[in-house]
Amino acid sequence: MPKIKLPTKSPHIDMTPMVDLFSVVLTFLMLTTTMRQPEPAPIDTPFSISDKTAPEANIMTVLLSKDSKVFFNIDNGKDTAFHFKGKILTEMGKRYEMTFTPEEVKQFEAYPSSFGLPIQKMHEFIKTKDAKERATLQVNGIPVDSTDNQLALWILFARQVNPAVQACIKGDNDAPYPIVKKVLDILQDKNVNRFNLITNLEVTKVTTQSEQ
Amino acid sequence: MGEIIQEEKQKGGKKRPKHHSTHIDMTPMVDLMCLLITFFMLTTAFSKSKVMEIALPERDPKVKPPPVSKARTVNIILGPENKVFWYPGMVENPKSPPPLQETNFSDQGIRKMLLERNKFLFKKVAAFREKTIKENPTMSRDSLLANIKRFNKLDDSGPIVLIKAYKDSRYANVVDIIDEMAICNIIRYAIVDINYVEEDMVKTAMAASTKSTKPQ
Repeated sequence: MPKIKLPTKSPHIDMTPMVDLFSVVLTFLMLTTTMRQPEPAPIDTPFSISDKTAPEANIMTVLLSKDSKVFFNIDNGKDTAFHFKGKILTEMGKRYEMTFTPEEVKQFEAYPSSFGLPIQKMHEFIKTKDAKERATLQVNGIPVDSTDNQLALWILFARQVNPAVQACIKGDNDAPYPIVKKVLDILQDKNVNRFNLITNLEVTKVTTQSEQ
Repeated sequence: MGEIIQEEKQKGGKKRPKHHSTHIDMTPMVDLMCLLITFFMLTTAFSKSKVMEIALPERDPKVKPPPVSKARTVNIILGPENKVFWYPGMVENPKSPPPLQETNFSDQGIRKMLLERNKFLFKKVAAFREKTIKENPTMSRDSLLANIKRFNKLDDSGPIVLIKAYKDSRYANVVDIIDEMAICNIIRYAIVDINYVEEDMVKTAMAASTKSTKPQ
């Protein structure tokens, strides 16, 4: 008789192992993922065929927005012992005769995204937690004029504090060429001749046939 | 679990709705988890950004730039509205500059021209790459690239490309043209400032192209 009953078994599937597995995968992904930091300005990077991945530590990134604003980011990956970011801020403060308290330096180090504001407003920027207020502070980007070229100083101090730093440029598709040129000039003035342009990967078909 | 299912079936057979089984329906949970996993997988895969390495020549006023052979030089001018112009050689007489040729970023445009000029080196590298993949598939990517780099260093036939950007061009154009250098395996290129003769050439070329497209 049990043989006859077998096909009428309830169609219920035991999902517990599946849920277990999913939980493991989900936890893994949640822990490993690096959330994309919100940038102060939307930046659409151009495409290229390069498949080299961006370096993870020791990088400084200059961001160019489409309305010719310049932002700067220093990233030392999991900066634990070597307080790269904070040291640069202190150096920068010395130059402009501003003192940052250890608390302020700590908060600046913890700020994950790029910033674009004159150093004179840095106290306010560090103090505020409000995203809107931060945005209003960053409306003009970092000054790059020849009269007050703060980007050059940021680059200079970044290289002084950490000589191994690599420069990256993350520009928007529509960033006008004059600002690109200005940033390239600043980098070259500071003897940075080798840098990375951040792009998206685009697969291009091999072109061997077209030249025969 | 199996026991519980059996129990449920028996109770169900007796039609006693009061006795609810201890079985929890996990389907919505699984649905949600699927969604989350998909989301995380997609975001993690794309969050790694790629970089294109570029090296500019050092700016030392004491060191003179190497002499550039006129026959090998190609000037590429990035114009406004995603247009690309090019001319071979150099401007000898500013009063009668060489005509600018207009092209675009498609593979039939600037790439065709560049590949035509860089045929020799491109073929050599492509053949070497193919041979390595066939005969020595264990060779690491780095050593393959190092070998290709050696080829590139010895090359003396490829074009020398001078990239000049007009003030109205966009960042995307600059990246595109550098990318084009990588695609065509052109080794010698430099981003240089545009001079006023070339700016005038772009202006006249732009005026001519708007005139020619208007009647259509």
